[in-house]
Amino acid sequence: MNWRRAAVGAAVALPVIALLAYGMTQNPNERPSTLGGRPAPEFALPVMDAPADTARLWEHAGELVVLNFWASWCLECRREHGELSRAAEQYGPQGVNFYGVLYGDTPENGRAWIDEMGGQSYPSLLDAGSRTAIDYGLLGVPETFIIDRSGTVVHKQLGPISLAQLSAILDPLLAASAGATE
Amino acid sequence: MRPGVAALIACMLVIVAAFPPRAVAQTQTGAVQIVEEVELDRQTRDVAAQLRCVVCQGLSIQDSPSSLAQEMRAVVREQLAAGKSPDEVKQFFVDKYGEWVLLQPRASGFNLLVYALPVLMLIGGAVFVGVTARRLVSPARHAQQSPGDHTP
Repeated sequence: MNWRRAAVGAAVALPVIALLAYGMTQNPNERPSTLGGRPAPEFALPVMDAPADTARLWEHAGELVVLNFWASWCLECRREHGELSRAAEQYGPQGVNFYGVLYGDTPENGRAWIDEMGGQSYPSLLDAGSRTAIDYGLLGVPETFIIDRSGTVVHKQLGPISLAQLSAILDPLLAASAGATE
Repeated sequence: MRPGVAALIACMLVIVAAFPPRAVAQTQTGAVQIVEEVELDRQTRDVAAQLRCVVCQGLSIQDSPSSLAQEMRAVVREQLAAGKSPDEVKQFFVDKYGEWVLLQPRASGFNLLVYALPVLMLIGGAVFVGVTARRLVSPARHAQQSPGDHTP
């Protein structure tokens, strides 16, 4: 066997194989959020059911915020809707602010969808021109952002989120803030 | 006064009367605005063609008919109109979506591999072909030369 030729062949082939193997471990549809650990973009959006009212992120400084982007045409949004509503009922009294943001949809369709789903336990906001969606680097719906008391995005969920997932993130944040105040 | 000169002066007076200085200035301003709009449209198309539609497969926001792509194009145009440079506008989207939003990755860091690897493989291939060809040719040359070596 020509050892020199084998060594050259291996030196050329191994990096290529390693690169392909690394590629196989990656999910091509996964896009890491650039917002993770960074300040959440500010927003001031009209409330869908009370257009005269505006929800502003900076009014929740020092509080936890869950921001969920949804649409009436989104099938996955149906899956998470019940869980999100239950989470809002459970965590709302503990000072967690839940907001939905209607994305790429009309308020009429949004209201009809909420009626069809049996209501929504938190307010939904209107994002004209999808400017807030772009600010948050939205890739589709549903997407959920969890913002901590310092105004930092601590979690971005691509796809539907469950009550268990929300609890796993919110409970430690609430416990940390309870510990800090003691 | 000759009739021709009189007619020319009359024509000039009519033109001046028809286009007072303010109207001329307004026409010039309008023309400048049109030129600026055309240039803004061109810049918007250039930048939009370099940004990926985040809800499509391999399309730029310039080519995508999706509503989000249209909104992103509107943001590009707004920011260019506000005086931002094309690089600043692209950086805005990179900050929101990551480097992935650029259809052509920047030639820096790990991305350099994308640009360097084809060149390196081309050079490696050329060297391999050269060395192999030389090896294939050399024995034939030896075979041609060998009878001469034995010639007294």
